[in-house]
Amino acid sequence: MTTLDQPTATAPTPVTSGDRPVRRELGVANALSHGFLLIWGLLTVLPLLWMFISSFKTNGEILADPWGLPGALHLDNWARAWTGAHIGRYFLNSLVVVTGSVSLTMLMGATAAYVFARYEFRGRQIVYYLFVGGLMFPVFLALVPLFFVVRNAGLFNTWLGLTLVYAAYSLPFTVFFLTAFFRTLPTSVAEAALVDGCGHFRLFFRVMLPMARPGLISVAIFNFLSHWNQFLLPQVLLQGDESKWMLAQGLFALSVSQGYAGDYARLFAGLSIAVLPVLAIYVAFQRQVQSGLTAGQLK
Amino acid sequence: MKHGKWPLIVTFLVPPVLLYVFFVVSPYLQAFQISTTDWLGYSADANPVGLANFKTLWHDDYVWNALKNNAILLGLVPVLTIVLGLFFATMLAMGGRKGSAGVTGVRGGALYRTVYFFPQVLSVVIIALLWKEVYHPNKGLLTTALHGLGLPAPTWLGDPATAFWCVLAVMVWSNVGFYVVLFGAAMSAVPKEIYEAVLLDGASRFTTLRRVTLPLLWDTVQVAWVYLAIFALDGFILVQLMTNGGPNFSTDVIGVRMYDTAFGSETKFGYASAIGVVMFFLTLSVAVLSLRVGRRERIEYS
Repeated sequence: MTTLDQPTATAPTPVTSGDRPVRRELGVANALSHGFLLIWGLLTVLPLLWMFISSFKTNGEILADPWGLPGALHLDNWARAWTGAHIGRYFLNSLVVVTGSVSLTMLMGATAAYVFARYEFRGRQIVYYLFVGGLMFPVFLALVPLFFVVRNAGLFNTWLGLTLVYAAYSLPFTVFFLTAFFRTLPTSVAEAALVDGCGHFRLFFRVMLPMARPGLISVAIFNFLSHWNQFLLPQVLLQGDESKWMLAQGLFALSVSQGYAGDYARLFAGLSIAVLPVLAIYVAFQRQVQSGLTAGQLK
Repeated sequence: MKHGKWPLIVTFLVPPVLLYVFFVVSPYLQAFQISTTDWLGYSADANPVGLANFKTLWHDDYVWNALKNNAILLGLVPVLTIVLGLFFATMLAMGGRKGSAGVTGVRGGALYRTVYFFPQVLSVVIIALLWKEVYHPNKGLLTTALHGLGLPAPTWLGDPATAFWCVLAVMVWSNVGFYVVLFGAAMSAVPKEIYEAVLLDGASRFTTLRRVTLPLLWDTVQVAWVYLAIFALDGFILVQLMTNGGPNFSTDVIGVRMYDTAFGSETKFGYASAIGVVMFFLTLSVAVLSLRVGRRERIEYS
């Protein structure tokens, strides 16, 4: 998409001489498009809203009238999920691991991408494509050997192992995105700094990293979401000790146990606990999230 | 820039490369080697059996059944998602206000985009568990809505005839919003004058979409196609959590086959790796094919 230039900023030219057919069509299309847009909006929101509302209902209310509102706000559902089902602990576990893995991903991704973008050396292309090639394949194709690689390294059932694996599998996208980003930064600043006797390391940390901030934030949010939402890797690499589980594993266990215990309200509360912070972050950083998630495809 | 660059290159490149090779490249390579053994995992030793696993695979009806389901997903999920994505993106980009300029965004467009994107930031686990409840045969949203209207409701995920389509619908549901935003971003790069000219020429919306928008967005659509194709060949977590391949293997996909073979009741790591290798080549060929078939001349404008 690099050939597409930004649209020239011209003011919209109003169609003054009312061209009849066009106008009428616009009117109909206007109503129609609002209708369709609204339907899809409802389709998206309704399940989430239902989950949230149900988390305040009693199990009896959920069974008797799934579409109804709660008679009273039953916050004890949230308490049962947070402490009883250990969702609170899993939430914190995830937070610890994801904080570590995102930091590691950003450090490794940014340094590697900077080298690819700014330095010439033999074999650069090969190493670069080695990284970017990883974008093509789903993680689960490597799952069986990965399990043994992690186990043989003594990292099975450890957060450190999971952190390293998260970071490793995030490198393709991070390197790909940040390399493109570092290339867009002006070279003149870097050259001036080098002429002034600034060292290569200092140049990176003091000049280039701050300049790359918008790109770094987008990728960091992207990585945060994908690590936070990861299910497959913890499922395989953190099988044993329940107290170390990630949030996704806890939710899955909650859903399985719900099948026996019939505690629907607790499941909905658990899901809501997991959804709310992510939605809050998304709404707060909407522009960065959307650009971070879509830019990888547009570049 | 030449002076003293090597210390930086080495310090900056060696740790990521080591991490990547150790945890990503080597497992992919090992998968090929393990796929030619009869390894049963954990302690049992692995004997080379050549291509025997692949021969077994060729005659494995469960694998073929799963592949058939993946093929249907591959045929439908990308098309439906892209068509819906383009449709809504077009609506948002040029819904147009009454009586004003020819082409303007629809009112509340930003809000729609925000909401449509919701599923994209949610974990697949949450999507799967939530929809499992929506499809619940007694207290689910769908069943009770249909009963409320006096209509009979199927048992959704419980019926081999409907389960697969229910899962497919969730796949489309969870992806459309992302592509609305993606296509919307690409459309905003198209000069507005083009659309205005087309509208003044009296072209209908459908013609505009087919003749103008689609060719202009072709690169983006193609990338979307590749991503969705890879997604359709995967679909593993969603299926595992919603139906675990059932009922009666009607929703089975190759990822679930592989996972069950490796981490299920038997730990046939050799055979599971063989399935993985087949998937690897399938994914690769689908990606390469979609890039090849979809290749068109780039449209440049300034």
